Amino acid sequence: MDAGGSRERMADYLRDHHDKVVGRWTELVVVGMRGRTSVEEVRRELGDLFTLIVRVLTKADDHAAGELQASLDELSRSRARDGFTPSETALGVFSLKEAVYELVADSADLVPEFLAFSRMIDDLGLRTFEAYSAAREQIISDQMTTMMELSTPVVQLWDGIIAVPLVGTLDSARTQLVMEKLLDTLVATGADHAVIDITGVATVDTEVAQHLLKTVSAARLLGAECTISGIRPQVAQTIVSLGIEFGDIATKANLADALALALRQAGLKVVPA
Amino acid sequence: MDRVPILKIGQTLFVSIQIDLQDESVMLLQEDLADELSATGARGVIIDITAVEIVDSFIGRMLTMIGSISRLFDAETVIVGMRPAVAITLTELGLSLSGVRTALNAEKGLEILNGKA
Repeated sequence: MDAGGSRERMADYLRDHHDKVVGRWTELVVVGMRGRTSVEEVRRELGDLFTLIVRVLTKADDHAAGELQASLDELSRSRARDGFTPSETALGVFSLKEAVYELVADSADLVPEFLAFSRMIDDLGLRTFEAYSAAREQIISDQMTTMMELSTPVVQLWDGIIAVPLVGTLDSARTQLVMEKLLDTLVATGADHAVIDITGVATVDTEVAQHLLKTVSAARLLGAECTISGIRPQVAQTIVSLGIEFGDIATKANLADALALALRQAGLKVVPA
Repeated sequence: MDRVPILKIGQTLFVSIQIDLQDESVMLLQEDLADELSATGARGVIIDITAVEIVDSFIGRMLTMIGSISRLFDAETVIVGMRPAVAITLTELGLSLSGVRTALNAEKGLEILNGKA
């Protein structure tokens, strides 16, 4: 028996039993979903997939294979976003085999067709898996980018005075980002005072101090004066016991003091209204 | 050979670097600047590096040397218009340009020399 003919026969068979197979498939998938998606939604998704699979089997048109892959990818992506596990996602495809098998189990003459069909479903299942993990990686990298962007705001405190509140841990990548953003803002706003607030930095060790010093000296090269503020008592003790020298860089206990210093250096005075 | 022009504005010498600096042009600039400082008795030097996109330790040293030369003539040097990327590179190279002052742009550089800042 030639492969093309067997695919045709399988396609005919599936088309004839469309409602029955999709119905059973939906049942199987819905059980695995434990109520996270509505039955109608699943039936619609699977119905579309099933039509595409039949179209691929009949080889009626060249676009069917591409469309099937695209909609499988889309399905896996939405499953990944909705928090399904990869096995749940792949099982959703594999349960089509079960649904079809229950139908063809009685007719022994369809066994070769079913085997070929089964191989195709396996490939589709694997594809789901790949799309799922790609979607997950995409989500993770998007979150990383968002976190990086959110973690380093540069705010303007006054005309000519900007501040960088740092929160979290300072590693080389973040220091680089902070430095670039700070310098770009200095150039863009024409500010000549920058306050680096480290209230939210959990620990200051020699590496973090090194990063801070680098940022300050880069800002100085642009002609801006830097103040480091938000040094907590424990951090001060750590800095001293590690023997870190901040040299002639002004350090202040809190942001308010640093702003007052910057205003004074800019020749401004705050008086009661 | 490319020569960097030196402009005299009041008591200030203004140097805008807009070419890729080679060893010879740097030597020429240092000589010209020394000649000009001695001839005019200028009190300040502004070096504009807005157009400089790539720096190395050589250029860093050149800037420091110009600062030292100017100081011998009792003139203050201000480097203006450094790009953020250049500042980061110089910091990574460990050059803090001691002996010269820096300003964001030529206007602020002039303010520094005129004692306003």
